[in-house]
Amino acid sequence: MSDVTPIRTPAESALIAAFPAARKSLPGNAHVIALREAAFNRFEAKGLPHRRVEEWKYTDLRTAMRDALPLAQAPQAATLAALGHVADPFAQLDAYRITIVDGHHVPSLSVDAIKGVTLRDLAASLSTGDGIASLGTMAKADDSALALNAAFMQGGVVIEIAKGVALDKPIYLRFLVSGDKPHAIYPRVLVTVGEGASATLIEAHQGADGIAYQVNGVVEIKAGAKTHIQHVRLNAHGDAAIDLSSLGTDLGEAAEFKSLNFVMRPALTRHQVFARFSGEHIKLDVSGAALLKGKQHADSTLYVDHAMPHGESRELFKHVIDDEAVGVFQGKIVVQQIAQKTDGRMMSQAILLSDDATMNNKPELEIFADDVACGHGATCGALDEDLLFYLRARGLPKPEAEALMLAAFVGEALEKIENDAVREALEAQTQHWLLSRAIK
Amino acid sequence: MPAVKETVEQVKAIDVDQYKYGFETELEVDKAPKGLNEDIVRLISAKKNEPAWMLEWRLDAYRRWLTMREPTWARVDYPEIDFQDIHYYAAPKMNAAPKTIDDVDPAILDTYKKLGIPLREQEILAGVQQSKVAVDAVFDSVSVATTFKEELKKAGVIFCSISEAMREHPELVQKYIGTVVPVTDNYYATLNSAVFTDGSFVYVPKGVRCPMELSTYFRINEKNTGQFERTLIIAEEGAYVSYLEGCTAPQRDENQLHAAVVELIALDDAEIKYSTVQNWYPGDKDGKGGIYNFVTKRGDCRGKNSKISWTQVETGSAITWKYPSCILRGEGSRGEFYSIAVSNGRQQVDSGTKMIHLGKNTTSRIISKGISAGYSQNTYRGLVSAHRRATGARNFTNCDSLLIGNNCGAHTVPYIESKNGSAIFEHEATTSKISEDQLFYCMQRGLSEEEATALIVNGFVKDVLQQLPMEFAVEAQKLISISLEGSVG
Amino acid sequence: MLEIRNLHVSIEDKKILNGLNLTVHDGEVAAIMGPNGSGKSTLSYVIAGKEDYEIHDGEILLDGENVLEMEPDARAAAGIFLAFQYPLEIPGVATMTFLKAAMQAQRKARGEDELSTAEFMKRVRDQAGHLGIPQDMLKRGLNVGFSGGEKKRMEILQMALLEPKFCILDETDSGLDIDALKIVSEGVNRLRGKDRSFLVITHYQRLLNYIVPDTVHVMAHGQVVKSGGKELALELEANGYADYKTLAA
Repeated sequence: MSDVTPIRTPAESALIAAFPAARKSLPGNAHVIALREAAFNRFEAKGLPHRRVEEWKYTDLRTAMRDALPLAQAPQAATLAALGHVADPFAQLDAYRITIVDGHHVPSLSVDAIKGVTLRDLAASLSTGDGIASLGTMAKADDSALALNAAFMQGGVVIEIAKGVALDKPIYLRFLVSGDKPHAIYPRVLVTVGEGASATLIEAHQGADGIAYQVNGVVEIKAGAKTHIQHVRLNAHGDAAIDLSSLGTDLGEAAEFKSLNFVMRPALTRHQVFARFSGEHIKLDVSGAALLKGKQHADSTLYVDHAMPHGESRELFKHVIDDEAVGVFQGKIVVQQIAQKTDGRMMSQAILLSDDATMNNKPELEIFADDVACGHGATCGALDEDLLFYLRARGLPKPEAEALMLAAFVGEALEKIENDAVREALEAQTQHWLLSRAIK
Repeated sequence: MPAVKETVEQVKAIDVDQYKYGFETELEVDKAPKGLNEDIVRLISAKKNEPAWMLEWRLDAYRRWLTMREPTWARVDYPEIDFQDIHYYAAPKMNAAPKTIDDVDPAILDTYKKLGIPLREQEILAGVQQSKVAVDAVFDSVSVATTFKEELKKAGVIFCSISEAMREHPELVQKYIGTVVPVTDNYYATLNSAVFTDGSFVYVPKGVRCPMELSTYFRINEKNTGQFERTLIIAEEGAYVSYLEGCTAPQRDENQLHAAVVELIALDDAEIKYSTVQNWYPGDKDGKGGIYNFVTKRGDCRGKNSKISWTQVETGSAITWKYPSCILRGEGSRGEFYSIAVSNGRQQVDSGTKMIHLGKNTTSRIISKGISAGYSQNTYRGLVSAHRRATGARNFTNCDSLLIGNNCGAHTVPYIESKNGSAIFEHEATTSKISEDQLFYCMQRGLSEEEATALIVNGFVKDVLQQLPMEFAVEAQKLISISLEGSVG
Repeated sequence: MLEIRNLHVSIEDKKILNGLNLTVHDGEVAAIMGPNGSGKSTLSYVIAGKEDYEIHDGEILLDGENVLEMEPDARAAAGIFLAFQYPLEIPGVATMTFLKAAMQAQRKARGEDELSTAEFMKRVRDQAGHLGIPQDMLKRGLNVGFSGGEKKRMEILQMALLEPKFCILDETDSGLDIDALKIVSEGVNRLRGKDRSFLVITHYQRLLNYIVPDTVHVMAHGQVVKSGGKELALELEANGYADYKTLAA
């Protein structure tokens, strides 16, 4: 639509004004600078996404992002010391830990080396060009959030898992946001998994409550043929934060990829997944769970591109929405003409716990091949009264009965996590949320 | 149900040209010059002897239309329409408005006869049809005949062309027109508001159950004309009416525009059942010609426990852009949408519904069956929403798509928005093809591949066909098989 | 009735039948037994004309006429009936509708008059009665939501109504309990006659206690490796298929 370009918001103007200086100060060789500029031009042309942009229909950033914030700097020693007190949600997890504070990789809080894995600092790689050949190729959507990250990306890590390596422990990426002043943070992680390798990647995102910081992160995962990857993301950003997250993945032949996003606290979040089937016999499983209250807004958006035959995709999203919170699910399964024998099933379920809660569902199928079996389902509503009554008739008080039902509801998504310690940690988070609701 | 055999025979009887309604009637016509401007709007209004307020209403719509843009969000693709290259008024020349059926030009009567629509009441009575159906026949821009008017009048039902209603019942038209589809609702609705020429008007008074099926048969005959009809149906408290529409057009190489607006209003405890069998010329196998069917249909369940049900069988048109919707305002009101959309050749369909739950305990049900064949694209697009006050709202949606062949597309784009914790929405959608094993099984029992395909497709659409009145269901079933002719093998 | 000569068949480059020869005489009930993977089901599909198979050599003659070039529906009209191991579900198509469509199509192909609705209904009622199929089942979508036993009974009902010359029962006993097995077998036995032959494909001897065959053929590696009378089935039951697994290799 050739609509008149809307007037720039203060945030858009500030972002546009900030780029020339940022381009000079942010790391990057000539190739990266070209990438940044191209991305910036895309952003400048489109501006912040708003409700008239179909993909962002239910998450209007023009209204939500009042202004742009200064870029976060690399953390000082004192900052890091202060962050030492933040409880680690995966404290019990035996893993290779990598810490990223305010979008910058912190080597002192990270593992030095993992056998079979090449680890690089992203900022360094942006300057040298080492290991970033496929940077920006996993999620190629014409999307303003992606473009903003590409223009402003500061740091992160590049992880290269060699062919055939089966990691003995998960790689745990812990993202922390420091301080008492709100900043803008643009982390990026690039993961390449060699043929036949298997790995578990865990992300946890944490930041202080009450500070309206903005994060726009991108994780790119290139999954080679016959890889087996499990990815789990815990979003426990601060309760005033705006968090935009994009996961882009390109899957090779017979790859098996599972990803789950778990949302707890942030004021506004959008997690978008772009998955491309580049080989046959791929199995993709994307799921999510969100526990929302207050005025939280959480958006899960998927774009699954079946570009090759014999692919299988499964999507399961669970939203529990209390108070005046808003849940959004948008999932699009595309089956290209060549992608015969595709088997796709997508399900979005929401439970609205309050009269003022909102759920918006938009499950989409776009199918150009005839020999496929695809389907989607979407339900939303209150907790099942009959079941609630049954539980109460067995002697459970109402809050406990509700908690039991909600835990089971969310549990269907959490079940997909293969790593016991990770699943148990998220189950504990769920229990904690339900408990705080019950005693409210 | 012997339809399977019949359909297949009918399919076989049809030559390469599948569209049997493609003939043209030679007539003297009274036509407005091509193009659109305020004078044309005035001319249309004058031709209809409309009251002054109606002309003002039209002019206002026209001026607003000039500031609007064509919507582009649908999954349809067509060259830009030159709105100045269309005749906005075309009517068969008549000395005076026909008072009885005998005053109607025999060529027109013959046209309807060929289309299988009897306009002489005695023909209907003498015919095999057991139930009476009153018909309003709209030919290009005007209504040429309405049958059973007298009998309906006895029951208190008004059934006439909207032009006549404007003259005879201006207070009713003024009270309701544009209250469901506002003048500026969308580009095509606004255009329609400015230039609509005819259509049907139905008014069923309080407590009356309309004694027969009402139907309108739309025919586009003239070249380079657009048909802009407007239909308004009002069911007062406790009233019931079932209304059917059918549409055909001659086979031509150019595209023709059909931009209709239909408004339904159901007051307390009233029920309106609206069925469409849309069979406009779909264009040839390479996508040349065919009707652009850009239609705004909306029902307002204004009263408590009112009910509006849309059933559509869409087999024709080069492009279909159509979302018959229900505004569920009255407490306990109910909306239904049953749809079969068949696309073949180069047809493009973007159709669905909106169920907008505003009132308490409102319920809705959507059953959509899309069948794509050839090189066609078939999209279901729908909205189900519950507003804050829609406590206890319920929706069930089922959208199934069937693909025949590997060059077509089937798409599903539902929007499901709930702003009320007690609303329960369930949506399910599937896409599949007719399995080789099913076909083999049927053929092992002696059915040919075409018969087997027709049988399986009929099974696929059965839930929707059941919603149609009997005679239309049989007709629709035939139409579906004919539309899919050539898609197998 | 049926004569198969030197039949070679493969699917997706995998050889399934290797020069199979088989003769079934008029009125004969022939049983085919064999281990899993010996090609029994392939044989039934190839006779009925399923598309996926590649025929390299050989012929299948029904009353002297080669059926290999015929479409499945033409073979059905010629009198071949296959009772499927896994009958297909066809949602929305009432069983009655399907039965009528199939009967009329076959009658038409054979140049016979259409059956009147009254006559059709009478035949269906009679046969359904024999098989203990309730009327409401006939109004439901074909095989949709039917149990395994119900589906098999529905196959026999179709067989009875379509009056084929040559009936193939593909593992009709699989998934049946003893009561259902009796009903189905009685249904088949009722149809036995001098002008109708049967090819009963089964892995187990159990079914042959109820449908007693005239001849028994053992299949292995895509060939008939041994033929005999009904006592051959009992022998197999006692000794298993182990002897045959190596025979033709």
